[in-house]
Amino acid sequence: MKAIVSVLGKDKKGIIARVSGALYDMDVNVEDLSQTILQDFFTMIMAVETGENSPKFDVIKQNLRELGDKIGVQINIQIKDIFDAMHRIDTK
Amino acid sequence: MYSTKEILETINMVSHQHLDVRTITLGVSLFDCITDDADRTAAKVYDKIMRTAGSLVAVGNAISEEIGIPIVNKRVSVTPISLITAASRGHMQVIRALDRAAKEIGIDFLGGYSALVHKAMTPYEREFIESIPEALASTEKVCSSVNVATSKAGVNMDAVRLMGSVFKRAAYLTRDRDSIACAKLVVFANAVEDNPFMAGAFLGTGEDDSVVNVGVSGPGVVKVALEEVKGDLTQVAEVIKQTAFKITRVGQLVAAEAARRLGVACGIVDLSLAPTPAVGDSVAHILEEIGLESVGACGTTAALAMLNDAVKKGGIMASSHVGGLSGAFIPVSEDAGMIAAARKGVLTIEKLEAMTAVCSVGLDMIAIPGDVSEEIVSAIIADEIAIGVVNTKTTAVRVIPVWGKKAGDTAVFGGLLGEAPVMPVNRSDPSVFIHRGGRIPAPLHSNKN
Repeated sequence: MKAIVSVLGKDKKGIIARVSGALYDMDVNVEDLSQTILQDFFTMIMAVETGENSPKFDVIKQNLRELGDKIGVQINIQIKDIFDAMHRIDTK
Repeated sequence: MYSTKEILETINMVSHQHLDVRTITLGVSLFDCITDDADRTAAKVYDKIMRTAGSLVAVGNAISEEIGIPIVNKRVSVTPISLITAASRGHMQVIRALDRAAKEIGIDFLGGYSALVHKAMTPYEREFIESIPEALASTEKVCSSVNVATSKAGVNMDAVRLMGSVFKRAAYLTRDRDSIACAKLVVFANAVEDNPFMAGAFLGTGEDDSVVNVGVSGPGVVKVALEEVKGDLTQVAEVIKQTAFKITRVGQLVAAEAARRLGVACGIVDLSLAPTPAVGDSVAHILEEIGLESVGACGTTAALAMLNDAVKKGGIMASSHVGGLSGAFIPVSEDAGMIAAARKGVLTIEKLEAMTAVCSVGLDMIAIPGDVSEEIVSAIIADEIAIGVVNTKTTAVRVIPVWGKKAGDTAVFGGLLGEAPVMPVNRSDPSVFIHRGGRIPAPLHSNKN
């Protein structure tokens, strides 16, 4: 399943490392990544795909939420289809 | 890959602008439950709801988690019960079965305790309609609707007269709860068969055995988008269209996915702007953002006409099949801006009536004094229904004559139903007109002026 992970919050060390690590542990592959920092506000968008050994979507979501709480940022995961629907005319 | 701007736009719509899918409504046909025995019919109805809609809430919650957008209500609509119980006369048994099933599967509302009497009433349909107050007062989840007119049949004024007394009786029976039974009852002209919204949802006779219909929302999203627009009304309309497209696309995605997972037909998306009492989720505030000091001011009807039209134009390409009520809703008690304007006296019932000529769907969630006569309630219904019949559109009335309260008091319904200032009503007597009964002939459909 293809999905988008978004990470929003105050910039600090190790955000990318910890989020990628958590995804790796859940057999989720990072296909693309972009990040920007605006006035100390960190925004990272990752395009990911879940693997054969990934837990269920709600478990991935919960694990990422808990990680976010631990490092003080907001981490969310949403399936890719919602962004196709809202931002692309041609959704196939 | 999407741009950061696109991703953040979607996230902000949910976290700051109240974007949600208002309802997934599963329509369930009950024709295969008809028997000539009341208890057996009720048992079959209960089984069919449990079997068909048992996983609706779980499916809705799972989709909501995955797309990251709240799906506020999960509902069921059924074939008008007056058609299902005509042979057994078991409407009271069936409504209890429906209420029990609705509670067990955890849905928010179930619609379809309904009758279609736009031309005339059979003796049983009259008995059925007379049962509505007791039916609504003794259940929690079930909603009721009665279609009293169509543009082709005219207005059944006998039914309009009867509905005045039905509203008053329902108000009396729930007088300890601000007459809340009336909030679960709606009278229609040109009722639609695929409406996902309550209180008027039922599954029409031309529909599939089970079908998913979805109602979208998002007044807050439109309001925020308009905050950036400094240009003329053409630009305002363009921004509303673009925003409505995005909102409706979410509804289409949810409808298709819910239908797939439930193994039922995908019906329609209702292109709606449905407010809630929450701050930042108001249709009235959109009109004020466009440039009115308050909803209800002169100019309100024009601004609302543009808003309603732009919502439809934006939404229509975003969905495979459009249906339901499709338009901006103006329920007074469910919209913080409407409540404020009504309290100030800027928004009157007469202005609301004019607004319903250009939007969806009618005089909705309006609290009126409890001592208003049933003839006046019937006359309020007749006026609103006439607007729908002549303009070939759906109109509806959901008024609450709040028992024991007078103009200026507040009726509190709670939850999405909100609270409403009791609005003053013109007390001039229409009794002779209402008691004439009969049928207002269908209007001319040519020579439109």
